[in-house]
Amino acid sequence: MVSRLSFAGVIARLFMWAFLLALVVVVVYPLLWMVLNGFKTNAELFGDPFALPVDWSFGNYAKAWNRGVSGYLTTSVLVTVTSTVATVFVSAWAAYGLTRVAIPLNKVFTGLILGGLMLAPTVALVPLVKMFQSMGLYNSFWALLILYTAFRIPFTTFLIRAYMIDLPREVDEAAEMDGAGRWTAFWRIILPMCKPIITSVVLLQILFTWNEYLFAMVFTSGSGVQTLPVGLTSLMSKHGTEFPVVFAGMVIAAVPVVLLFLFGQRYIVKGLADGIGK
Amino acid sequence: MRAIIRLAWVVPALVLVGVFVYLPLVQNFGFSTLEWDIYSGSRQYVGLDNYRKLLDDPVFWSSLGNNLLYAAISVAVQVFGALVLAALIESVRSERWRRGLRVVYFIPSAISLTVAGLLFYFLYEPNLGVLNHALDAAGLGHLAQAWLGQESTAMLAVIAMSQWQGFGYSTLLFAVAIQRIPSEIYGAAAIDGTGPVRRFFSVTLPLVREMTGLMTMVTISGAFQVFNEVMVMTGGGPDNSTQVLGTWLYRSGFVRNDFGYAAAIATVLFVLTLAVALAQLWVTSRRRVEW
Repeated sequence: MVSRLSFAGVIARLFMWAFLLALVVVVVYPLLWMVLNGFKTNAELFGDPFALPVDWSFGNYAKAWNRGVSGYLTTSVLVTVTSTVATVFVSAWAAYGLTRVAIPLNKVFTGLILGGLMLAPTVALVPLVKMFQSMGLYNSFWALLILYTAFRIPFTTFLIRAYMIDLPREVDEAAEMDGAGRWTAFWRIILPMCKPIITSVVLLQILFTWNEYLFAMVFTSGSGVQTLPVGLTSLMSKHGTEFPVVFAGMVIAAVPVVLLFLFGQRYIVKGLADGIGK
Repeated sequence: MRAIIRLAWVVPALVLVGVFVYLPLVQNFGFSTLEWDIYSGSRQYVGLDNYRKLLDDPVFWSSLGNNLLYAAISVAVQVFGALVLAALIESVRSERWRRGLRVVYFIPSAISLTVAGLLFYFLYEPNLGVLNHALDAAGLGHLAQAWLGQESTAMLAVIAMSQWQGFGYSTLLFAVAIQRIPSEIYGAAAIDGTGPVRRFFSVTLPLVREMTGLMTMVTISGAFQVFNEVMVMTGGGPDNSTQVLGTWLYRSGFVRNDFGYAAAIATVLFVLTLAVALAQLWVTSRRRVEW
């Protein structure tokens, strides 16, 4: 790239860097403040908000853990794992059927499944509550598992389908010549070839499930079925005067997904970009 | 017969989406014509009464206004702001810095809206929050106020948090879109002696317009579905000034026990989000950017 080091250019670069770095501070400082507050006492918290914690003890974390966060975390992990497995399998099945099997009314089914992308969960809220009450699944683990799976199938199928469509036809023909049935072809050949997109959708589903609030709040009330986002708000209302414990809970909820993003960002970015940009 | 067996591939997805996504949507229309007390179980057909009630409900209109404000600010910040930011980041020469900036800006999007909302609830808090203290320290103490506690600032304070949480996500996507522009095009522009500002308007902007269109639609659709951050930060208060359609629906149905009315609000949300989605389909179906 040809660059001309003019005076105006240098000034412009300076301004740009000042802006970019100021934005880094705006993003990082609140997060840092949250982590630091998790180590403070209540008195410190209401003192100088810029001060560092006097004593770096994990007492607030232990308190948060014992006051329900361990349970919320367990539920979050269970819902996340089960709904991710369910969503990815059902979606990959559907994507395989839609792209590589001669199915009657293929276009109609594709439209129906992907059309779900256009519908907002909020719109279905009232009837869903009635439905789950009459099934006896209201306020249960199953409600979240079913909803997180059903509402994410359109998006997940969309991403996997877009990837499978580009896999060469010869792959299926070779599998057929080997006498492999459809099931074997899917399981042994196509699915392994889709590993990059599967990684992306798994990570995206984890991010979604871990952070989801609307369904979690409306469909669960007792402890034992509450996930972290809802659990944090109950921690806040129950122990409202002990804010450092709430901060500790927030950090516990945030750390796993931030780490997940830092390690899996390549796949998350690629999955999102392919999905939205394709 | 074999064709029917082959359907087994799509049946699980179809059943789940059909029963839990489409069916409730259809039921919702029916529900919105009922006067329905969930405790006594009494249901009565009232036709379009719930919709008439909507028109006369000032909170419905202020909620819709808040959603629109949300959409306008989010499009300005998370679409156009993010696009400029992405172009700035991609103009940095060091690959390590580019990646580092993208990652740092994205972190708020990885943490949940609940955590971010609670965090900003505390930041705005007059006694222990850093915002008022920072203003004080900067000699702007007269600007310090109860950001979430008064009608004049509460909605904007919630929206500001949402921008903080979401801008990195769209910046990341724009950065990827800019990276996909072949470098020869930029090279040619540089040889022509085009300055960076001209280059942004004459090369970058036209070539990422597809992503811009999509992000605009995604952002508007998201702005109509806002729920989480409002519930966590203000619960719709003070005096319903931060209610949005989603929270007003929730409050009407599950707190004020008026299921039919909540269903009517849901219908409005459905129409709005569907309109945006159809616009999005229209944008994608137009000719793609080609190079």
